[in-house]
Amino acid sequence: MAREVVVVVIKKMNKFLLTSLVLCVAAVYPVTAAVLPDERVDVMEHSYDGGGIQVSGPSILVRKNVGSAVSLSANYYVDMVSSASIDVLASASRYSEERIQKSVGMDYMHDRTTYSLGYITSDEKDYQAKTYSFGVSQTFFGDLTTLGFDFGLGQDVVGRNIKGVPDPTFHLDKERRTYSANLSQILTKNWIAELNVESGSDACLHMQQGQSCLNNPYRGYSYLQNGVRALLPEKYPLTHNTDAVSLRTMYHLPYSASIRGEVRGFTDSWGVKAHNEEIRYVQDFKKDLLLEVKYRVYRQTAADFYSDLFPYKDAQNYMARDKELSPFSSKSVGVGLTYKFPWNIAGFEKSTANLYWDHMSINYDDFRDYANFLKAKLPAGGYKPGEEPLYAMDADVIRFYLSFWF
Amino acid sequence: MLNISALKKIAGLTALFLSSSVFAAEAAPDFTLKSSTGENVRLAEQRGQVVMLNFWASWCGPCREEMPLLDSISKKYGKMGFVLYGINVEQDNNDAKKMLKDLGVSFTILFDPESKLSSLYNVDAMPTSVMIDKKGNIRYIDRGFDFKKGDDEKYRKQIMELVRE
Amino acid sequence: MKINAFALIFIMLCIVALSSCSRVKPWVKPYERQNIADPIMDFSRDPVADAYLSHVHEAREGASGADGGAGGGCGCN
Repeated sequence: MAREVVVVVIKKMNKFLLTSLVLCVAAVYPVTAAVLPDERVDVMEHSYDGGGIQVSGPSILVRKNVGSAVSLSANYYVDMVSSASIDVLASASRYSEERIQKSVGMDYMHDRTTYSLGYITSDEKDYQAKTYSFGVSQTFFGDLTTLGFDFGLGQDVVGRNIKGVPDPTFHLDKERRTYSANLSQILTKNWIAELNVESGSDACLHMQQGQSCLNNPYRGYSYLQNGVRALLPEKYPLTHNTDAVSLRTMYHLPYSASIRGEVRGFTDSWGVKAHNEEIRYVQDFKKDLLLEVKYRVYRQTAADFYSDLFPYKDAQNYMARDKELSPFSSKSVGVGLTYKFPWNIAGFEKSTANLYWDHMSINYDDFRDYANFLKAKLPAGGYKPGEEPLYAMDADVIRFYLSFWF
Repeated sequence: MLNISALKKIAGLTALFLSSSVFAAEAAPDFTLKSSTGENVRLAEQRGQVVMLNFWASWCGPCREEMPLLDSISKKYGKMGFVLYGINVEQDNNDAKKMLKDLGVSFTILFDPESKLSSLYNVDAMPTSVMIDKKGNIRYIDRGFDFKKGDDEKYRKQIMELVRE
Repeated sequence: MKINAFALIFIMLCIVALSSCSRVKPWVKPYERQNIADPIMDFSRDPVADAYLSHVHEAREGASGADGGAGGGCGCN
């Protein structure tokens, strides 16, 4: 009896083996030559105008390969800020600021593995940041799947300006860590997808009680005192942990166009929960003109310690009035044009000129527009604190850049 | 207690599993494809010559890089009983035609828009070069291309060996 | 006798398992990658432009991470 059972099992195993071999038998061990990213130079002028803030400046990126295994990149970026934003108006007047960011990166490709190193510095009068990053990624199944991990460590010094000059007594040390994993997959010959997971943790170092490095040192929380709004410096926690997951997918349509969708979810230790969705369509006209249109929606809830108006001074341990921690929703539409030059400029293999315009519209559900009324004429009877109109703003983001491939 | 036939089956399947269906020292599968000049080209009619099949596409960087090298190889060894066929694997070959016009290569280009030849030869890397000897047997399969790895010298060595037979 | 049969089954399973791991056939062949290789199918077709927009979002919104932008610090709060 046992003998028959074993014989039957072996015969079934043969069938199983045969089936798997039919799947494997034509498979020669995949050998693909992984190719380094394109060598290119990008020169961009960016501009942001919204909510009383104008920021503009250049961003230049150069990517060059050394041999067949190493790719080097460098970026120089400037933000020139002129701000009379609602935050600023609440406690100060218009200011100007300049931030310079420089970064370098190196990718080393060996067989199917890529190792990456990066270094970014950011300098402005009241904030210096240094970020170190390391990443590894591996391709599988003949380049169809790529799995990668990235780690980042940031060391920042938070300062404060008094009348435009850095306050020598104000130096807070902040450490930022990020951990991310990403999986990208070619699903069919027309369809790709990518999953990203990222966790971050920010912490204040060498802290004395009370002063956090995580808030804007110029902003205050608003509380009710004798029937009017009063202002005191914000009080923030000393740590911040974040988690985000995103899924994006892109499909090549039967003509020269593609459609792309993205969703992201976010949650953090301050109680903020957010999600955004985006859809993009790109069409290629006769190979020298690309048109891209985009629609994005974003929604978030408030941080636990956020309030537009606290009932009295020191109402909670932590208090913030940062509109970026308030509940709000935003919609943006974007349109972009890329023109490929038909002639070869100065020995470059390919060159394009690109213009992108994005229009964002943000509606705050619990942040009131009281600052703009401080100096303006109030309507008869005025607004009672906590009953001012809710704030809303629009912003225009323009990106104009030239790209050269060599 | 195990029947011999089962054992033989297992041995046979294992041997089969350790092999692949197209590899060196096997007869090259015959085919007929249309060339860029409109005429049909059949592999079996090239017996007596060394044949190199180079599978390429316009969107493949290393394929573009090796084009000038292939052109000079085709010119040099063409007088020694060697013929090079560039097999374009694109479903839509407009980009390929444009690239050929820009590069101006002199060897014969065949189009395989339905990937029949690519799957017949189990092409699993881009570019892939298959060296077929005068008797019609596949002798070398070269996957990928990189000047810095000396792949140009590798082509020349393989062609010289087969041409001298 | 029974042990021999099981040993054989075990060996066969190992062969199949090892073979599957290293020989999963890519279901999109290298010569079928024309559309995937198209620049309009690249998630990072415009790295500089994407990084900037990602920075704008991070500065104006409470969420951060998993959006394709590289994280660098700034006092943009």
